[in-house]
Amino acid sequence: MAKPEPADLPLPDAPCRVSLLKTPAQFPGGVDLDARKAQSLQEPIRIARVPGRLYVPLSQHIGEPTQALVSVGDKVLKGQQIARSLSYISAPVHAPTSGTVSDVGSYPVPHTAGLSADCIVIDSDGEDRMADTGLRLAAVLDADPAEIRQRVRDAGIVGLGGAGFPTSVKVNPGPGRNIDLLIINAAECEPYISCDEALICARPQDVIDGIHIIRHAVHARQVVIGIEDNMPNAIRCLQQALSDTDDHDISVITVPGRYPAGGEKQLIYALTGLEVPSQGLPIDIGIVCHNVGTTAAVARALMHGEPLISRIVTVSGAGIKRPGNLEVRIGTPIAELIEQCGGYTENVARLVMGGPMMGFSLPSDQLPIIKTSNCILATTWEETPPPPPAVECIRCGKCAEVCPAVLLPQQLYWHARARDFDKIQDYDLFDCIECGCCAYVCPSHLPLVQYYRFAKTEIWNLEREREQADIARQRHEFRQHRLEREKQELEARRAKAKKALRPKQGDADAKQAEIAAALERVKAKKAAQTQPPANTDNLTPEQQAKIAEADRRRQSQRSEP
Amino acid sequence: MEFPTQSSPYLPPRNDVGRLMLTVILALIPGALCLMWFFGWGILFNLVIATATAVAGEALVLRLRHRPVRRTLMDGSAVLTGLLLGLALPPLAPWWIPVVGALFAIVVAKHLYGGLGYNPFNPAMVGFVVLIVSFPLQMTQWSAPAGMGQESLSFTETFRMTMLETLPADTPVDTVTMATPLDRAKSDLSQDLTWTEIQSNPLFGSFGGRGWQWINVAFLLGGLILLQQRAIAWQIPAGMLGALFLISLFFYIGDSDSFASPAFHLFSGASMLGAFFIATDPISAATTPRGRLYFGAGIGVLIYIIRTWGGYPDGVAFGVLLMNMAAPTIDYYTRPRVFGHAKSDE
Repeated sequence: MAKPEPADLPLPDAPCRVSLLKTPAQFPGGVDLDARKAQSLQEPIRIARVPGRLYVPLSQHIGEPTQALVSVGDKVLKGQQIARSLSYISAPVHAPTSGTVSDVGSYPVPHTAGLSADCIVIDSDGEDRMADTGLRLAAVLDADPAEIRQRVRDAGIVGLGGAGFPTSVKVNPGPGRNIDLLIINAAECEPYISCDEALICARPQDVIDGIHIIRHAVHARQVVIGIEDNMPNAIRCLQQALSDTDDHDISVITVPGRYPAGGEKQLIYALTGLEVPSQGLPIDIGIVCHNVGTTAAVARALMHGEPLISRIVTVSGAGIKRPGNLEVRIGTPIAELIEQCGGYTENVARLVMGGPMMGFSLPSDQLPIIKTSNCILATTWEETPPPPPAVECIRCGKCAEVCPAVLLPQQLYWHARARDFDKIQDYDLFDCIECGCCAYVCPSHLPLVQYYRFAKTEIWNLEREREQADIARQRHEFRQHRLEREKQELEARRAKAKKALRPKQGDADAKQAEIAAALERVKAKKAAQTQPPANTDNLTPEQQAKIAEADRRRQSQRSEP
Repeated sequence: MEFPTQSSPYLPPRNDVGRLMLTVILALIPGALCLMWFFGWGILFNLVIATATAVAGEALVLRLRHRPVRRTLMDGSAVLTGLLLGLALPPLAPWWIPVVGALFAIVVAKHLYGGLGYNPFNPAMVGFVVLIVSFPLQMTQWSAPAGMGQESLSFTETFRMTMLETLPADTPVDTVTMATPLDRAKSDLSQDLTWTEIQSNPLFGSFGGRGWQWINVAFLLGGLILLQQRAIAWQIPAGMLGALFLISLFFYIGDSDSFASPAFHLFSGASMLGAFFIATDPISAATTPRGRLYFGAGIGVLIYIIRTWGGYPDGVAFGVLLMNMAAPTIDYYTRPRVFGHAKSDE
């Protein structure tokens, strides 16, 4: 692949707002955690078996769910689009293998609330025949960025770091917005998770190809790969691959391995010293951030024609016999994956998707791997014990010391408990990234993050209700207005019709009648004036005399000057 | 296979209230031993009676409130309240002094406000203030520190004094009690003695008062252990001792005859015990980092004012309680700038 010349990139004239720090800054708060990554890095990436039946959810990303394009009985090929996105913030879904659609309906999916959602169920035919996806783009680094964005979108790529935001949106900075810095997030800060490290070591070329494509698509001025200092193998692999491609414009910068160094805002701060504005996006300060797995997926799609139908998943924890990293087809039931990792150990206690700090526990292993499933943890009670009984908050402030958002978790807890949702927003609840540091250090063992999630959900519900009430009120008001207007229009029409009905022959008569009425009115007025005032009718002689006297005085006064 | 679900994080919590309280209790040991060395067995009786009463009171109220008794007692907060109160009481106080103080601290100051986590005032200090206001005579029954050449009471004599309020027949009360350096300094200064004259009295030791200076050093040592163990936040002791130092230095430089030296203020009375063990009670203190600095500084200033111009020899208890009142307001106005918010937000 030809290395792009940065000089080729049409750099706008605007000054660059972002410069990299010489030594990475320490973001506020955070905790030091035992990495526990070695157990899943003992072997190279294994390719997981394609299961007989796959459950592919229609919504595996942030944004609008997709709409199924196939129905029961349809034959599908591997890589064929089986669900399309209907809105901008969405990502289409592809068949992970070839086979037959056996159902389109609601199945349990991995979800924090343990819900079911619409899935396309595919029975594999075992042939794994690939469709012609048309995603490959010749001379991709000379291609129109708009074309790249469209292909990234068609490939169904979402952020593979865990959040699952559609990548096509993030490679589209929009008109008039410069990208001064493209950050590739390789800081895998949560314990156990090692899928990014495994990917970097196994396929560094995919990662770097992907970076080149994204850099071209967003016209980024600088590119940096941010990685934790406790991943020496990955750092070596990246540097080797970069020197192999003779690319000196991409730097690899290590940041201290402190949780949550891989959080987007934390990594940006560590590398640049800049804070992403509250409620804002990195692009507001000229930065865009992509996970390493995402960049590799972009390269696979645009250079090899493979849509996002598989991902690397860390399967780890002391509850697993043979931990490791596996390349897994989307839709593979977790139970199948566990089986390929030697099954559970006897003392397995919990099943978690994601890491032990921000992941969520799964009620069952009959759930599919989705695009955002970076890790499956099967842990024992020793690793992840049941929470000790909570006692009251003693306001020790340890939570505030470790909060990377510099919040006061003790106050948030207080207001969440009191359901004081105005106050809790006053304390900037929505700046909470739910990293779990506060709960981890809480000596009272309070499930703090749970309280914040509860408060956020309640506030969203209230807002939705308020919005709905507003809409209802507007509709009611509009209806009232419309009824009123219709009534007036009807009356106007009636009046007009009446006028039209009134015969013309009456004109002269009417004039006569009007004249007569006017005469009557004049007569009546005159009569009224000639009549004496009513209250002087029955006066005593003395009163009469007084009146006469007054009249006289008036007369004399008038004649005086 | 089915699994239990729970909200993240899943890693075992790093801290524990019980362990935190235990750390604080253990860090009290050097100071408590030192206090006992200089003031005799009475200190031990106070500690035992106050702690036993505090625990019994806590158990009783928890029972009445239908709360888990054993588990709550294990958090160690009642023990700590009892110990802190016991350490503040004069060694020859009668037995009912620690009983009344501890009961008031636990039942009224703590549980009537909702128990652990809800008390707006430091319970041990509420207990102490109730005692010093209600029983001023008994609260001055400090014995002479060891090494002053005065008679010291044996274990049984002290026990009889504590339980029956009787001294051996040939020992008048005046021969075993003595004013504390803070008390003495206050009365001497009011009689226009110069600080240099006052300090020549053997009661004043070399910098903070005989016995008291070493007791304070021992509590400072315990406090440093707490800081090293990260059991307390550094801001409160730093704020309190810093403010006490600066304000006493200011007046001492201005008039070194009429005002006690900074060293005396820092190493006398309950300065170190207050700074590291009492003012740092997180429940009733300010909770923001900057707020804690102000909270501590406020206590330091109040201690100086009360010691210098107030009606009581020491001011730690009143200083702490007054600042407890101000803590919510301090917290409100010292919220840190949230990550990603504009710098002018404050």
